[in-house]
Amino acid sequence: MPVVGQSVPRKDGAAKVAGAAKYVDDITFPGMLHGRTIRATIPCGRIRDIRLDFDPAGFTIVDCSDIPGRNVVSLIEDDQPCLVEREVRHVAEPVMLLAHEDREKLLAAKVHIEYEPATPVYDAERSPAAHKHIVIEKGDLAKGFAKADLVVEGEYRTGHQEHVYIETNGFIAVPEDGGITVHGSLQCPFYVHKALKHLLGLPDDKVRVIQTEPGGGFGGKEEYPSMIAGHAALLALKARRPVKIVYDRAEDMWATTKRHPSVVRHRTGVMRDGRIVAMEVAVLLDGGAYVTLSPVVLSRGCIHAAGPYRCPNVRIEGRAAFTNTNPNGAFRGFGAPQTEFAVEVQMDRIAERLGMDPVRLREINALRPGDTTATGQIMGKDCSALMVLKEAVKRSGYRRKRRAWQGTNRGIGLALFYHGSGFTGSGEVRLASKCSLATTERGVLILVASTEIGQGTRTMHAQIVADTLDIPFEQVDVAVPDTAGVPDSGPTVASRTCMVVGRILERCAKEMKERLDGLGPGEHYRRHGPMVITKEYEPPPGIVWDDATYRGDAYATYSWACDVAEVELDPVTYEVKTRKMTVVHEFGRPIHPVLARGQIEGGTAQGVGYAVLEHVVMQDGAMANAQLTNYTIPTTLDTPRLDVVMLENPYPYGPFGAKGVGELPMDGPAPAIVNAMRHIGLDVREVPALPEVLMEKAGEAVMR
Amino acid sequence: MRLVLNGSPVEVVAHPMKRLLDVLREECGLTGTKEGCGEGECGACTVLVDGEAVCACLVPFAQVRDCAVRTIEGLGGDHPLQTAFTREGGAQCGMCTPGMIMAALALGPKPSLERIRVGLAGNLCRCTGYEAIYRAIQRAWQGEGVSKAVRG
Ligand code: FES
Ligand code: FES
Repeated sequence: MPVVGQSVPRKDGAAKVAGAAKYVDDITFPGMLHGRTIRATIPCGRIRDIRLDFDPAGFTIVDCSDIPGRNVVSLIEDDQPCLVEREVRHVAEPVMLLAHEDREKLLAAKVHIEYEPATPVYDAERSPAAHKHIVIEKGDLAKGFAKADLVVEGEYRTGHQEHVYIETNGFIAVPEDGGITVHGSLQCPFYVHKALKHLLGLPDDKVRVIQTEPGGGFGGKEEYPSMIAGHAALLALKARRPVKIVYDRAEDMWATTKRHPSVVRHRTGVMRDGRIVAMEVAVLLDGGAYVTLSPVVLSRGCIHAAGPYRCPNVRIEGRAAFTNTNPNGAFRGFGAPQTEFAVEVQMDRIAERLGMDPVRLREINALRPGDTTATGQIMGKDCSALMVLKEAVKRSGYRRKRRAWQGTNRGIGLALFYHGSGFTGSGEVRLASKCSLATTERGVLILVASTEIGQGTRTMHAQIVADTLDIPFEQVDVAVPDTAGVPDSGPTVASRTCMVVGRILERCAKEMKERLDGLGPGEHYRRHGPMVITKEYEPPPGIVWDDATYRGDAYATYSWACDVAEVELDPVTYEVKTRKMTVVHEFGRPIHPVLARGQIEGGTAQGVGYAVLEHVVMQDGAMANAQLTNYTIPTTLDTPRLDVVMLENPYPYGPFGAKGVGELPMDGPAPAIVNAMRHIGLDVREVPALPEVLMEKAGEAVMR
Repeated sequence: MRLVLNGSPVEVVAHPMKRLLDVLREECGLTGTKEGCGEGECGACTVLVDGEAVCACLVPFAQVRDCAVRTIEGLGGDHPLQTAFTREGGAQCGMCTPGMIMAALALGPKPSLERIRVGLAGNLCRCTGYEAIYRAIQRAWQGEGVSKAVRG
């Protein structure tokens, strides 16, 4: 019986509900030491002196002079050191590492660092330095504005967001004959592999990275794990013993990456009938102190900045600025939640100025097959903007509620949004991901580096393979991501694990089926020995992209969604409760409806938190509320009831018609909720829209 | 110190001020109980002490002397709540799951949606948005599972 489209039991479900799944902190090795990171406490300056205020007997102590290879966390640019040499660029930057077998002694050890402080840059808008600059141009902007009946301008701001995966970051490094093996919570085994090779000066085969069960990632375990793995490895190599580093919540929040804060300025030219004829967008992201992933976050943010709309004349300019704060990094949505927030709030403001229904304005301008995006990509049949909009409006009763709630403390608002599946531009071609499928005694074994971070990788990949081979789901096993045993199928990011990696697996399974000569894989294995099929990524036909000009097909395809938020303002506390959200997504076809729905519900809840709750308080360049006590994520009581609809529009180049769904749900809740606040009469242009913001806006509304 | 752990009387030697969470994970080898924050905010460490849900990261070991302590491992793996969490997508990354299931168990049979929402307000899940957890708990108490779930 086919399993694609069925919600089969997830492969990792039984172990997880039994408490038997092993996360990094559940694992110990004989003779294992505990590691700790000594971090800078100033945002900018030089280290003059380091003094150990403890008896070093029994301790392993590592500083930058112990690094056998290059002192970098290798990623896009190799500018971030693994341990500070002299120059400090942000608070919490790692300076020194300690290990001891007794955790209490380890925590009690005091290290005194003397600095020569310099003047920090905190404000991205005033920062003289940029990590990356992007310009996207289409048509003739000046002509567009000249023609416009009305020009609407606006500035929109979004704050940091902390991932709050419930499992904090951690690694165990184990020295093994001339090399190192690290076990840890991560999304991208081969990122860590590459970083360790450079740091330790070791060849490929002397570095091994094994994934432990990750307790959530959301992008937060994309790049920073390379840093922690490096620290654990340095300590382990020096101590010649296994070393475990597991961050406590405060350290995890204080020291690791967050979502980039943004300032996005819009200038839009519209005709009185609602047609948008010119769009000028300036995107500023606060990149933090090192480049890390900022260039690619900016890139995705800019490409999504014009929203899912047709407009002949567009200019989008993006800048990721340097500041003396922790590098901001990957977080579900990767730049798109920031820019789609801005454009969707701008859309409602345009509608307001035109005296037009926000739905109507979107209907007029939404991308349709045959239209082109800002990068000049021509939309195909996989463009579903109008379909999701119509369904969401109908299903939520938007029009009726919009009328009925006018002038009350209840509001309803919506956001139309999209998200490109897979790496941006030529990213997938350059990644050249590989997957393997091997016959075994029991059936087949999937070999990929894509990790299970809760989203259901193992299950969904096994479904694709089972149906392609026409064998029972139970006969498909999935190997643990271990760089010594699996090919590099690329990082587990960018809504690519199903559509891109799943597609390669589908092709492996197709070829295997041909070569099995009608035998089952287990049978074939027993008769002829093992068969391994490996395939590499092949782009869908006709995809063209120019990195230099930012023109062409930015993504092979997009997924589409419309969120409708219903909110209620407490007139005394100025708290806004989101009561209900209608969430309509089109992402090709769900391979596993329960898992796909889980992505949508979970991502939507994160978006609700982003909109109204999650506030990173920055003080002197660092997160001042690095505790779950005062950084609040949605609880059961803050999360609205979610009415999720999954529409299908199978994509011919995805496995069984599937596109990406991991990040899409994060892009819409914040603008939908803020637009619902606008319906109440609150002119909000930033998130988190905290009660203090709303109180101020309510004051303005009265004054108007 | 004596206590009843997952139904069996045991004698555990540990510092009385050590957190129950650490005693369970380190002395008793029961790593199903998770640490998410260490400050009573996330509920990942929820266990039952004499039937009541508590955060094991806040309880000093001395406090459970002669008590009945129940952890996720005590549910055997096929408790209707566990089965329902798997089927309904109540567990994604699984890090909140043991605590979530123990907290759900403490709600008693057939809790209303409102009771579930209030009762689980101290258990954070960053993956699911909670809807699947509500579905799982409600499903656990339907049909064949019920009698077993009532027995616990
Ligand atoms: S670890 Fe106990 S409540 Fe978070
Ligand atoms: S399943 Fe990941 S935190 Fe709940």
